[in-house]
Amino acid sequence: MRQVIGLIVLLVVIAFLVSGMLLFIHPFGYPPSDMDDYIISNAQEETGSNNVVTSVVFDYRALDTYGEATILFTAVTGVLLLLRTVKRREESS
Amino acid sequence: MLSKIVRTVANQLILFILIFGLYVIAHGHLTPGGGFQGGAVIVSGVVMLLVAFSSKELKKSLRERLLSIMESTGALIFSILAFAGIGTVFFYNFLVGTPIFGKIPATGPGPGDIWTGGFIPLMNLAVGLKVAAGLSAVVLAMALFSSGEEIEE
Repeated sequence: MRQVIGLIVLLVVIAFLVSGMLLFIHPFGYPPSDMDDYIISNAQEETGSNNVVTSVVFDYRALDTYGEATILFTAVTGVLLLLRTVKRREESS
Repeated sequence: MLSKIVRTVANQLILFILIFGLYVIAHGHLTPGGGFQGGAVIVSGVVMLLVAFSSKELKKSLRERLLSIMESTGALIFSILAFAGIGTVFFYNFLVGTPIFGKIPATGPGPGDIWTGGFIPLMNLAVGLKVAAGLSAVVLAMALFSSGEEIEE
């Protein structure tokens, strides 16, 4: 009985999600904002970089990259703190 | 430590891997790639050395402490470049139009020029140094920890 109820709830949730996806999705190639057009037409002039992806990653959205670098720094610090095996000195105990 | 064939091939191949990684980092503003990807390429070369030779051999030439200092230097250069244009906005590209990396390419597809991009090449170098040194330190620390070796301070 519980399995049947669970199956019905699962089907209802899946139908809800799929209907939302089908009703509210944007058509392919037509995003809801003008940001991409602006970046494609102005990135080379404003940042001087021929690689527009890099100009987004390191200039327009550089704060995001900063957070990414912070995550990497924290991970490396944690791993080195936990796994670094330093030889103990005999006389200092 | 693996056989002599593997060690010789790894010895010859590491130069090409390092040069390819440096190329990906230095041309990050022209071709696909950048600091993170080039750093990962360099780390793959370090992992190859770690597999071919043992961690006991590799620890003679690669110090974890030096790698940690290099990673912190990369993060510091990144932060300094971020704060250098604070007069306008955080992460302002203050080098566009100046003689250093300041050329502006023509709009549209083109081969590009290495001397463009503002502070993007410098940030690529900083992030590449940071990723290469940091991930090498992680891999080396894990290998040394699992092999039971001890580092002399």
